[in-house]
Amino acid sequence: MHPRKIPFFPAAVASVLALAAVLSSQTVPAPAPALTLLAREGRRALPLTIAANQEMVGLDDLATAFQLAVREESLGAITVSYKGKTIVLTSDQPLVSVSGRLVSLPAAPARSGPRWLVPVEFISRALALIYDARLDLRKPSRLLVIGDLRVPRITVRYDPLGATGRLTIDATPRALANVTQETDHLTIKFDADALDVPNPPLPAQEPQSLLRAVRVLDATTLAIDLGPRFAGFKATSQPVDTTSRLVIDLLAAQTDTGSPPGTPPPAASPPGTPPPATSATATPPSPPPPELPSFFGQAAPAIHTIAIDPGHGGDDAGVKATAGASEKDVTLAIARRVKGVIEARLGLRVLLTRDDDRNVAINERTAIANNNKADLFISLHANGSMRRSTSGASIFYAAFDRDAAQNATSGGADRVPTFGGGARDIELVLWDLAQTRHLDRSAAFAELLERQLRDRVPLATPAVDRAALRVLESANMPAVLIEVGYLTNPEQATLLTTDGFQNALVQSLFDAVVKFRDTLAAGGTP
Amino acid sequence: MNAGRKLAIGVAAVAGAVLVFVMFVWLPRWTTRATTAGTVGAAAPAPAPPAASGRKIKARLFYVADSGMKLTSVERDVAYGEGAVAQAREIISAQIAPVVEPLVSAVPPGTALRAVFISEGGEAFVDLSRDVVSSHSGGTLGELLTVYTLVNALTENLPAITAVQVLVDGKEVETLSGHIDLRRPLAKNLTWVQ
Repeated sequence: MHPRKIPFFPAAVASVLALAAVLSSQTVPAPAPALTLLAREGRRALPLTIAANQEMVGLDDLATAFQLAVREESLGAITVSYKGKTIVLTSDQPLVSVSGRLVSLPAAPARSGPRWLVPVEFISRALALIYDARLDLRKPSRLLVIGDLRVPRITVRYDPLGATGRLTIDATPRALANVTQETDHLTIKFDADALDVPNPPLPAQEPQSLLRAVRVLDATTLAIDLGPRFAGFKATSQPVDTTSRLVIDLLAAQTDTGSPPGTPPPAASPPGTPPPATSATATPPSPPPPELPSFFGQAAPAIHTIAIDPGHGGDDAGVKATAGASEKDVTLAIARRVKGVIEARLGLRVLLTRDDDRNVAINERTAIANNNKADLFISLHANGSMRRSTSGASIFYAAFDRDAAQNATSGGADRVPTFGGGARDIELVLWDLAQTRHLDRSAAFAELLERQLRDRVPLATPAVDRAALRVLESANMPAVLIEVGYLTNPEQATLLTTDGFQNALVQSLFDAVVKFRDTLAAGGTP
Repeated sequence: MNAGRKLAIGVAAVAGAVLVFVMFVWLPRWTTRATTAGTVGAAAPAPAPPAASGRKIKARLFYVADSGMKLTSVERDVAYGEGAVAQAREIISAQIAPVVEPLVSAVPPGTALRAVFISEGGEAFVDLSRDVVSSHSGGTLGELLTVYTLVNALTENLPAITAVQVLVDGKEVETLSGHIDLRRPLAKNLTWVQ
């Protein structure tokens, strides 16, 4: 604990955390979007304007908040100065010059009446380079942390596991937490100056007999409201990359048919035990199968939901074969088959990111998987090559351009820092890096799938590869992208649309999912 | 009075020198450069042979390997450019120029170079015409080969360039055809070169 930071801060920060709740509880129209500035001195809000899907902020507001001098020059140039350093913007250019260096923005500055609006990324990508305090933009939370405050981003996940339940609470960057039990709730106190936490911390879900709600108690404390069956808890914490992961297992009181009091839940099912084929509604409610794994700090190794992502769609046809087949149609046809087979034979929930011929943004595809807490993400594509002879299926999992990121952090004060430095768009990076913690399992699933495909469909060499694939980077679960074959190869284009090929592919996917699930259930790494 | 005349003559001499420099040194160079940029991507039957009188450098350019799965590098003469930006522009211009069999380019035909910027940190921004998106044949592999043709052409030949970000019509793009993340500059990656 660092006592120097805490005492005078909580009041201001508590109001930040409760901002959404306060605004929504008042009987006023929906609040205008705002960026919350969080500094040691307190907080303030800057109004945001949404233009062409970009969150924009007024240069005049920034000038007031950061003591900047803004001048409109001739030929559409605008200069923003701070302590002798200057940023030059041009009215129709998404590039700005920061002390002579070029930095890109997602959109050009826009005029709104007498005011100039700039994308919020202007703060992290341009202003941060000339400002004398750290500026850490948390775009998803609409939060800007100024200075060296420790404001970990908190995510909470709850998994009911039979008679028990598991809360997984991640704090990024790392922050230690202390868990204590009160009469009807647990308090989790973080060693931080404030928390960047969604409101509510845990998305609304079915009422649970162990857990009623998770709420923000004060600036640095969460409260876990306990249900009537709660009997005890077990908490463990461990670092995972830049995150501190706190796992709290909630243990249930004995029921009429349950195990004796105080008895820890039995071990997981033996490897290979098949699950019930379907979940019959008439099944007696107790005793539920206890499956609390013996190791902590890992995500619950069970597969309940699979997200299948048929690539492209709508006016984005993807690769088009000369004979007529389009990638968007091939991927949708295979996705529907996969859904039918896995749901019918494994009883798992299968989500499709699109179930018809329409455009779905890449971000939205990953968001569907993340928001539904999918345990596995499979993106389906068909490949294209500049040479017609190229053929064979490939499986990709994510790669991150670490060299570029490293260059950005290690080049000294002139560089655009990213990892940990917070001067570029730190939250964008963190969201984009969600896949990093699942890479081992993504690689394992890719290998499993390759073994299943090997004797059934033509494979490329190498069959498993890595690339900076946009759709996989933000997936918060094991994730792969399958290129089922080449539509630019006339023979393959014909093959890919046949029932025989599509069924072979679906069977391979099905077998890989079963093996992946069984290996996870056995507590091993696939 | 005398001092005033001397000052006036001095100012006139300096102005004259500047005028001579602009007319005979800067302007010709600027117009040559603009002409070069303007002709990039024009449909030519074969790589334009560099002007016999111009200085050349040796550069490694990247094309699709016979397997179609990787890139292969080829050493070529590329026009000399004064300074990193001009040299980067010459390299990209040569890289995206149309080629004849057996070479196959991973950059779609018709793609034109609009501009090259280089930040102090060595990140190059290559601004291409929309053809790089609209004429792209698609696929993860096709997109990988296009992106790393451009990234490697600059990072391999110009050590000062550490990473490359592709812009389209002056704007940042998420991907070219729905696969590779282009929102940040990408570092050299020779795993896609055989």
